[in-house]
Amino acid sequence: MSGVSDEIVGVNTRWSTLTASVVGWAAAVVFFFPIFWMVHTSFKTEEDAQSLDPVFFFSPSLDRYREVSADFGGNLSAVEAFTNSLSVVLVSTFLVLLMGIPAAYALTIRPVEKWRDVLFFFISTKFLPIAAAIVPLFFFADAIPYPTLGLPFLDTDDLLGTRLGLTIVYTAFNLPLGVWMMRSFFEEVPRELIEAAQIDGASITSQLRSVILPIVSPGIAATALLSFIFAWNEFFLALNLTAADTATVPIWVTGTVDGRGQFFAKLSAAATMASIPVIAAGWIAQKRLVRGLALGAIK
Amino acid sequence: MYALVRGCKGNVTTEVSNVETQVDVAGVDPAEVKQAERRERWLRRLPLLPALIFTIIVTQVPFVIALWISLNDWAFLTPDPIEFVGLDNYFSIPDNSRFVDSIINTFWITFGTAFLSTVLATGLAIALDKKFIGQSLVRTLLITPFLTMPVAASLIWRNSILDVRFGFVNFILTDLGFEPFETSASPLLTVLVFSIWQWTPFLMLILLAGLQSQPPSVLEAARVDGASNSAIFFQITLPHLRPYLELGALLSSIFLIQTFDAVDQLVGGAIGAQNIPFFVHQRAIGGAFQFGEASAFGVVVVIASIILATFSLRVLSGLLDGEDL
Repeated sequence: MSGVSDEIVGVNTRWSTLTASVVGWAAAVVFFFPIFWMVHTSFKTEEDAQSLDPVFFFSPSLDRYREVSADFGGNLSAVEAFTNSLSVVLVSTFLVLLMGIPAAYALTIRPVEKWRDVLFFFISTKFLPIAAAIVPLFFFADAIPYPTLGLPFLDTDDLLGTRLGLTIVYTAFNLPLGVWMMRSFFEEVPRELIEAAQIDGASITSQLRSVILPIVSPGIAATALLSFIFAWNEFFLALNLTAADTATVPIWVTGTVDGRGQFFAKLSAAATMASIPVIAAGWIAQKRLVRGLALGAIK
Repeated sequence: MYALVRGCKGNVTTEVSNVETQVDVAGVDPAEVKQAERRERWLRRLPLLPALIFTIIVTQVPFVIALWISLNDWAFLTPDPIEFVGLDNYFSIPDNSRFVDSIINTFWITFGTAFLSTVLATGLAIALDKKFIGQSLVRTLLITPFLTMPVAASLIWRNSILDVRFGFVNFILTDLGFEPFETSASPLLTVLVFSIWQWTPFLMLILLAGLQSQPPSVLEAARVDGASNSAIFFQITLPHLRPYLELGALLSSIFLIQTFDAVDQLVGGAIGAQNIPFFVHQRAIGGAFQFGEASAFGVVVVIASIILATFSLRVLSGLLDGEDL
């Protein structure tokens, strides 16, 4: 190739790098701005947060965080909401792993017959509109009398408005994703390794511990991360299936909107507190996140 | 629902695995062999059963119950007894213009967002595929909207960003001499813009992974052969990205079709933006407590999503057959 065309390629590359950085940075500013503004506003006074001209410079204060964290008595407090969310999210994530890992094993390493159909059954449940099931789910989870049609198993008043009801639904909500993701990691375990271990007379438990687990453990982390994100941010089911004292963080955030007074700064503080766990987890585990979001299809 | 999906799936073949039995056939009672085989099959199924049974109970049983409820006239707040009315709730659906509108809005929110986000995300992914200063910071900032709690983000947008008097966007618009943007005047547009903000980062991540998996040698070769940038993009990059585009559009649609938070909290359930999840919620627990009617809507939606799922599962099945992306 001649020097001239090399030069053109060089200019091209430099130009396209410049375009890429301009486009990238402009998009980052636009996309990140609402979140920047949320955090920024959370340190303002209510007057500055809701003024007729945007306030950029002010002396930051943590007072709004104190206000939204305070216990008003009667209402759902921040501590209660975070405790409820954490217990529901952590238990459901644990249950997803507890049932999802063995299921993925049975669909890959020692596959059952018709494993493909089973796999598609799991993912097909993600297409079901939750809204359509909300009336029956409501009866399972809420503390109101309802006709049990004479069937004793429909009489589930004990689940009512408890965290357990929401935990069960979140587990079902994330289990299909968990099975698909774990499956893609189990697929990566070389069959020869397992066969070698079998020939050496390793028991199933020791095969699991020494051969399979080390390879699939990043998958377990990715599955846990994704279940955590979806369950933590979920609003619709929490709105329908929790009572005042069992409500989760998303419900608590909506409670900071005040119909009468100024509330922008308090809302921003609550929204920031509510979003930080997932944002932090997502930032730290970006690589895992990509594979997880693609149900393991992207390596 | 699954049986229907499976019926339409067509190209998915069932693979029956070989059951390896470690039984010496010679000199053994065939009945015993059969029993050993059956035992082996159940041993294989055992790890699958908790997840499978749990999923069937929690996801399928409620729909069967919803189906039954939909055949009744059941106004929860009135003392009237529940009355079996057969298909009446279904016959009255076509007269309900708000339900029809909510289907149209769901269509816009789902496919409008998925399409526009994909276009935007493709551009951003191409930019981020290049090396430039601060690239990883840009990527980190860009994925944040997807991670932010949707309810929290909806409320921030509604108040601090889009409020007619105090919202940041309207500070800029009025400074530039435009009329302020009113969310109540165009609620559907507001939900669309918000959803695009939320989902573009997700699609960008998937498409970026696709671009980065492209073998550089192919691009080199094309360049040496004198292919123009646009030819490289349309003839090499785009076909390579196709499975990633399908996967991204499919996964984002699965979530977008369930959009509730933005409709409820960003535009306060404004009639112009009501989609199916919001509408069914409102007819049931969200205010009207017409359980029979709401369940009939729900069942219709399930049937509609079977159509979507059939198409989508075909895409997923192609991915499964293949080839890791």
